[in-house]
Amino acid sequence: MAAVAEMSLRATGRVRRRKLVNRVMEGVGTGAAVLAIGVLALVVTSVAVKAGPALSLHLFMRAPSLFGGQGGISSAIVGSALILAMATGMAVPIGVLTAIFLVEFSPRWIAAPIQLVLDMLNGMPTIVTGIFVYGLLVIGHLQSAYAGAFALAVVMLPLVARATQEVLLLVPSALREASLALGVSRWRTVVGVILPTAVGGVLTGTVIAIARVAGETAPLLFTCSIFSPALSTDITHALPNLPVLIFQYSEQPDPSLHQQAWAASLVLMGFVLVASLSARALLARSRRKLER
Amino acid sequence: MASVPTTSPIRLSRRRIGDRIGDLSLRTITLAAALAAVALFGAIVYKVFHLAHRSIAHYGLGFLVHRTWDPVKGIFGALPFIYGTAVSSLIALVIAAPLAIAIALYLSELAPRHGRLLIGSLVELLAAIPSVVLGLWGILVLGPFLAHQVEPWLHRDLGFIPLFGPPQQTGAGLFTAGLILTIMIVPIIATISRELFIQVPSELEEGALALGTTRWEMIRGVIFPATRSGVAAAIILGLGRALGEAIAVTQVIGGGTTIGWSLFRPSDTLASKIAGNYQGAATVLESSSLLYLGAILLVIGLITNLVAQVIVRRFDPLRGTR
Repeated sequence: MAAVAEMSLRATGRVRRRKLVNRVMEGVGTGAAVLAIGVLALVVTSVAVKAGPALSLHLFMRAPSLFGGQGGISSAIVGSALILAMATGMAVPIGVLTAIFLVEFSPRWIAAPIQLVLDMLNGMPTIVTGIFVYGLLVIGHLQSAYAGAFALAVVMLPLVARATQEVLLLVPSALREASLALGVSRWRTVVGVILPTAVGGVLTGTVIAIARVAGETAPLLFTCSIFSPALSTDITHALPNLPVLIFQYSEQPDPSLHQQAWAASLVLMGFVLVASLSARALLARSRRKLER
Repeated sequence: MASVPTTSPIRLSRRRIGDRIGDLSLRTITLAAALAAVALFGAIVYKVFHLAHRSIAHYGLGFLVHRTWDPVKGIFGALPFIYGTAVSSLIALVIAAPLAIAIALYLSELAPRHGRLLIGSLVELLAAIPSVVLGLWGILVLGPFLAHQVEPWLHRDLGFIPLFGPPQQTGAGLFTAGLILTIMIVPIIATISRELFIQVPSELEEGALALGTTRWEMIRGVIFPATRSGVAAAIILGLGRALGEAIAVTQVIGGGTTIGWSLFRPSDTLASKIAGNYQGAATVLESSSLLYLGAILLVIGLITNLVAQVIVRRFDPLRGTR
């Protein structure tokens, strides 16, 4: 009987402890993932729940009122859309061209430092970007929507450049070589072969970048935060916008303003989450297509 | 074009010339764009220091260690904010780093294969929540919860440690700021680490498992040593993000200009002090001192990033953003 007990496959002693440690560590990993997703769910649901009572057609039809209470957020939605559109218009051409230069034209010794600068630009605290644009465009003038858009464009630029670079690198080199071998010139290859192949990836990369900067508040504080709440599309003045509105309302003691801040948060967060989720799904698909 | 002798019997067709011009102009345009990006970076650094020059000239480097910020008397020093930045980021780092690594391990080693993508993108979505929304949640939901449930308990049972002083009414303070920063940087560190863990060759992992190690021993013996510096870079990138975050921190940190032990006191970081004063300062010296804070933040941010990028580049020249 004793011999049978020794032959048993049940872990004892050291092995048992090792297995236990393993089990505990696996539990820690799973627990951490559950915690992260739990926090996501908690934030999303509490925004949705708190915004609920304030949601009405009224909210989307009216501009913020000067005294709180009865206002809406229509002008902030319009302002945000305008500012984002302008920022995209500034950042995308420069970002895409920079990426084309880095991938298609530049020798390594030039590409490396430019790449480093782009990475540093990406890691720059966004409030510093706001200070820069404040010094460049606001001092001596007034705050304006285009100054805010420029600040957001600075934040977007490295994101767009990086996304484009990644897609360009995925374009099969056989395609590039085939085109060159047929005697097609470099620029026709880029414009006629490479860009059309990569355009889907560039677009989704741009959408992800837009989603990322849509919630940026710090660059707008010094460039586009002192506005009249009325609906306006005059880009030479500061326009109301969702992030700054949420920020300002959250600093107020008035609960009705808090409620509008929740509603504005729901709109902003909904846009950002939907945009980045769908862009990610599209990106995964276009990548699979390119990699095949 | 000069290289083609005009006497050559082969005439350059119009098409060829067009191609040369096309090549040259596309190259020039893209180069100009790349140089514009570089110039932009230079302009930011120059402009921020230029804006702060009055205060820099007035205080010099002593500004970094002055601990008084008193607009009424016109005395300004950055130490309370450097302290606030360091402490809030440290709280975030201490909690976020192990948590994020655990999540990355779960995503790369443990998660069921078909659920991996979904769970991974949910974790990434956490990073997509706008910071201003997270800050709103922090001050209206998390802050009061901490102030009434967690902090009194920490103060009662661990109050002999000076870090856990008497709690505030609103919950606005360093501790809340640290937790919000934790939420912001966990997905950053986790996403980068997961990619590193996945890249460890499976022969190595399977070899270790075949030798009879448990999964955890394999992780400790194979995955961690292979990815150590990459994970360090990921943590530093997360730190850089925490140091520079302005909005969410401004919303939850409460504002204050003193240095003290307790984590529950309202205070300010470099970024939140600047953001909190966006509506303007009373005197030229005050506003230029605020911009001096911005210059300090810029330098700290650049150094952190540079360190991370240098480590990353030793691994893989094409990673490092995010």
